[in-house]
Amino acid sequence: MIEEKKVLTRHVGVPGMEKVDAYMNDGGYKGLKNALDKKPQDIIEEVKKSFLRGRGGAGFPTGFKWSFIPKEKTKPHYIICNADEGEPGTFKDRVIMENDPLLLIEGMTIAGYALQCDMGFIYIRGEFRKIAEKLETAIENARNANLLGKNILGKGFNFDILVMRGAGAYICGEETALIESLEGKRGEPRMKPPFPAVEGLYKCPTIVNNVETLACIPIIMQSNGKSFKDMGTFQSAGTKLYGISGHVNNPGVYEYPMGTNLKDLIEQAAGGVKDGKKLKAVIPGGLSAPILKADEIDLDMDFDACIKAGTMLGSGGVIVMDETTSIPEVAKSTIDFFVHESCGQCTPCREGLHKIQETLTKMMAGEGDENSLKTIFKIAKTIKGTTLCPLGDAGAMALEAMVTKFRDEFEALNK
Amino acid sequence: MSTTPTPFAANATDYKIPDKVMSKINEIASQYPEKNSAMLPALHLIQDEFGWIPPSAVRQLADALDTTPNKVYAVVSFYTMFNQAPVGKYHIQVCRNVSCSLLGSKHIVDHLTSKLGIQPGQTTENKKFTLSLVECLGACGTAPVMMINDTYYENLTSGKVDEILNTLA
Amino acid sequence: MKMQIELNNRKLEAESGETILSVAKRAGINIPTLCYLEHLKPAGRCRICVVEVDGRKDLVPSCSFPVSDGMKIHTHSPRVLEARKNLIELMLANHPDDCLYCNRNSNCDLRQLADQLGVRERELVHVEPHFEIDNSSPSLVRDPNKCILCGKCVRVCEEIQGVAAIELLGRGFESFVGVENNKNLATSRCINCGQCILACPTGALTEKSQIQDVIDALNDPEKYVVVQHAPAISVTLAEEFGVEAGIDVDGAMVAALRRMGFDKVFDTSFTADLTIMEEGSELVSRIVNGGKLPMLTSCSPGWIKFVEQFYPDFTGNLSTCKSPQQMMGAIIKRIFAQREDIDPAKIFSVSIMPCTAKKFEAGRPEMGENGIQDVDVVLTTRELGRLLRMYGIDIRNIEPEQADSPFGERTTAGKIFGATGGVMEAALRTGYYLVTGELMEHLEITPVRGLDGIKESKIKVGDLELGVAVASSLSKARILLDEVKKGRSDLHFIEVMTCPGGCVAGGGQPIGTNVDKIKARSQALYKLDDSETMRMSHENPSVKKLYEDYLGKPLSEKSHHLLHTHYEKRPI
Ligand SMILES: Cc1cc2nc3c(=O)[nH]c(=O)nc-3n(C[C@H](O)[C@H](O)[C@H](O)COP(=O)(O)O)c2cc1C
Ligand code: SF4
Ligand code: SF4
Ligand code: SF4
Ligand code: SF4
Ligand code: FES
Repeated sequence: MIEEKKVLTRHVGVPGMEKVDAYMNDGGYKGLKNALDKKPQDIIEEVKKSFLRGRGGAGFPTGFKWSFIPKEKTKPHYIICNADEGEPGTFKDRVIMENDPLLLIEGMTIAGYALQCDMGFIYIRGEFRKIAEKLETAIENARNANLLGKNILGKGFNFDILVMRGAGAYICGEETALIESLEGKRGEPRMKPPFPAVEGLYKCPTIVNNVETLACIPIIMQSNGKSFKDMGTFQSAGTKLYGISGHVNNPGVYEYPMGTNLKDLIEQAAGGVKDGKKLKAVIPGGLSAPILKADEIDLDMDFDACIKAGTMLGSGGVIVMDETTSIPEVAKSTIDFFVHESCGQCTPCREGLHKIQETLTKMMAGEGDENSLKTIFKIAKTIKGTTLCPLGDAGAMALEAMVTKFRDEFEALNK
Repeated sequence: MSTTPTPFAANATDYKIPDKVMSKINEIASQYPEKNSAMLPALHLIQDEFGWIPPSAVRQLADALDTTPNKVYAVVSFYTMFNQAPVGKYHIQVCRNVSCSLLGSKHIVDHLTSKLGIQPGQTTENKKFTLSLVECLGACGTAPVMMINDTYYENLTSGKVDEILNTLA
Repeated sequence: MKMQIELNNRKLEAESGETILSVAKRAGINIPTLCYLEHLKPAGRCRICVVEVDGRKDLVPSCSFPVSDGMKIHTHSPRVLEARKNLIELMLANHPDDCLYCNRNSNCDLRQLADQLGVRERELVHVEPHFEIDNSSPSLVRDPNKCILCGKCVRVCEEIQGVAAIELLGRGFESFVGVENNKNLATSRCINCGQCILACPTGALTEKSQIQDVIDALNDPEKYVVVQHAPAISVTLAEEFGVEAGIDVDGAMVAALRRMGFDKVFDTSFTADLTIMEEGSELVSRIVNGGKLPMLTSCSPGWIKFVEQFYPDFTGNLSTCKSPQQMMGAIIKRIFAQREDIDPAKIFSVSIMPCTAKKFEAGRPEMGENGIQDVDVVLTTRELGRLLRMYGIDIRNIEPEQADSPFGERTTAGKIFGATGGVMEAALRTGYYLVTGELMEHLEITPVRGLDGIKESKIKVGDLELGVAVASSLSKARILLDEVKKGRSDLHFIEVMTCPGGCVAGGGQPIGTNVDKIKARSQALYKLDDSETMRMSHENPSVKKLYEDYLGKPLSEKSHHLLHTHYEKRPI
């Protein structure tokens, strides 16, 4: 049996956690107090030791990312919490923000101190209006308790947080598009280099981290990096929120040690495939992650194992499909999504994804021919490795995996 | 095929951003290191006020943020949440993404279209309801999901949709 | 810091911070680009410039990617060529099949790349054109169907011209370049400069062609067709015939225009000289009588609309002189017509300009009298090139002729109007004389020459130390005006040219205009100035005669009526 490990989700269902007292009574803000007694650089070292990897999708080691921020401060520094949660199949950050907003705020404050930030921003998807309001209440509470604002806890550290709502653009989850959006512009990703740690928001050094990543920081600082690492499995550090949706008996967000087996997650955490049907396929890490067939799910859900298996842990959003599912239909929803969300800046993504969509739409209307699949593969190949940001790539890879692994279903459309 | 209401209605009458809202916009602008960052928050406020983003408001906002109407419009037309045309009193947005469609969002949409007599992208004649299909709403664990104005409705069934519609005056 | 890299298996030295594209260019390797703009930050949109770098999974955009020590780059590997070809195929799949009819079919970057990359069959389904063409502007036509969304026009308009008339709107596959809601170019803040046309790699942006109107007039026996040509045409027209930049073909052009059937060929440089007489006198009068300073030049119509829209408080600073085109227009229909006893309504006045904004200027209601516009049609250099080719005239192969008298006579002061700083230099030469009664010791005023965006100088004129500045491009003009707005008071006279480099780089000049060509074209003008003897506007005998016979003296009532104008605030 796999065992749930409630660390970030320990306050799920506990009301009133946006109040400082309630949060503090359960060990809250211990992490910040510890942190403010240390030098910023030491906190970065501790985060490095925790082996925490970013939970936003790419799995970049957090301590390492933080170490790119200039040591000598010549301009304001900023920390941004990425709460855009737009990856289809992902609904985990919302659980933290709804149930334990101060955990996130504490994490941001520690990050703000470690990175010598002047300000922090939470960029939350526009649809989460009520959650944004809750965060604002929690921020106000923290401010009143001198946990934000001037001279925090009398330690001479000034820091505050603003919440900004997005407005319906998945691409604004990409960190540089997010920065553009925060600057009040269209969410068009920037080219890298320069990386945000060098030139980010308002051209100043900026770190963007996911909600779940930042929520891990107080946990690390309550004890130390090593104990955080030990919460994971042998290869991977900490816990992970897995959001399981689709054809399962108990969909929801579950917190397990990082690296928990996918099959176990589906069967034990989510109660198995709905209505006793057979499993057909699983998308393991949000819609951008290449699809797995039923016989490929004996997989440790961490960053490296997923890459080895030709897919991605991504956001940990597991979408489960039973035997009745039409993969071409899923593929159609997938390409519709990516076409709708492409920012349109670069040729391969803008034109290529649309062309795939057009081809697939034709096939599904029975108007495809022997060239249709060839076209899809050809375009997917063109997109991969030529786009400005990873969105185009992700769309192409997701489609390519579906068509490759379930080719007969697509070929059947042409008959 | 567009499933959300598109372009600006021609020659819409002048909408003036109320002073109260304008001073809120200016207050937000002053909180950010750069004024232009108030763009999205301001557009949300404008939409709260009018239900959409009227062209005249675009011009006023451009002045308030020291930018051009064209730049504001470039932003408005980028983000799907900003309505470029008036919508009904209740804007129903049903998720059409994978997790929701696996659990029958199509039936929910069909139910809504027959019940309201409109297709996605349309508004009922009495201007009460607008129906849109949207991408993932970030609530896949409780699929199928829809949003009406700012409220999420989850674990939908046709029966539940009926109940919800009945509560909307 | 120097570093060692390998480019296509060749060892090379590179500077740190240099992009792959720039290293390759130095090494004589041509990497195609569609969204890259000289001197502006790379946008990375088109992806056609991608190259392969050893050790990297993804291709990288060479226009923006910096080299690093030991980097091994392949600019034309099989993977790269395939990617480029496929990208072009994708663009063509969403592009009208219009090459046979397209304005840009002889110099379209997209078409040429398709050719170079060997796109020979259509593998992808074609999307039909679905955007409306914006024909509203007097100067430009926008066909969004031919737009590949490279974004160059948008960036030029904002970053070079400081206008921001057009933006990328919408999102994803449905994005397009356009103007805010309910507006088109004509009702936008566009100042008609045409710099976006020069930037555009395709036929999505073109001048509003008026060739047919000219042909009709030439074929109309009732019409007396007069043509004037601006100072910057003779040094660029040859490029339309494949000649390298910087060759002056003044005489050949005059001959060619006559062959086509124009009844008179006048030289706008004549009215440039006249402008100097009026404008120089106006400056002196403003200084002596405490008029509004700094005085701003008024010959560049894009700039005029710019001031009217964005700096209405400065309209009083603009010289009231009409532009040379409009002075010539007024002279032709009001003096020449009278003198030759021709009904002005029968005169068809054509001007050949380096500029698309001149089309707008010619249509301004105040630029005419009794319902007759002073200039009927403005053709750009590109349109003249086309017209000549249509008439089978090869500019390389024709005996030069002289322009018609008297309005064909010019000094080289009028001629250098075509380069940024030229108006200033010409004005100073004559202004100095008007104030001191003496000639300047050195006629070459080098501080105002060259392609720097802002040039300034202090010139001693008698007792006065005259503060002058020259702005080339409107984003640079903005900088100067903002300084003046903030209280800067040492400037008396500011020359502004809308286009960066002046008229030789105007929005109506040959496609392919770049910094090297702009330099060569300006050189050609200064070479004329070096080699000829009449180098000051007040020496122009025909100008003198015009004052004697008709105008009296500069700023006379007659001058005012004929040669001066007024400006108004324009809402934006
Ligand atoms: C198209 C796209 C969408 C993304 N959406 C999100 C998102 O919704 N939330 C998120 O945290 N990261 C998202 N990311 C990843 C971010 O770019 C960035 O890597 C992340 O926020 C870094 O935080 P982390 O290091 O804590 O993971 C997205 C990336 C791409 C390319
Ligand atoms: S890959 Fe797509 S989303 Fe990313 S920059 Fe290019 S067009 Fe925009
Ligand atoms: S823009 Fe270029 S490719 Fe397009 S029709 Fe014109 S010549 Fe052909
Ligand atoms: S003509 Fe000039 S002002 Fe008008 S859109 Fe083009 S670049 Fe901008
Ligand atoms: S109109 Fe021309 S320059 Fe502008 S984006 Fe389109 S192709 Fe590029
Ligand atoms: S020229 Fe490099 S991406 Fe367009």
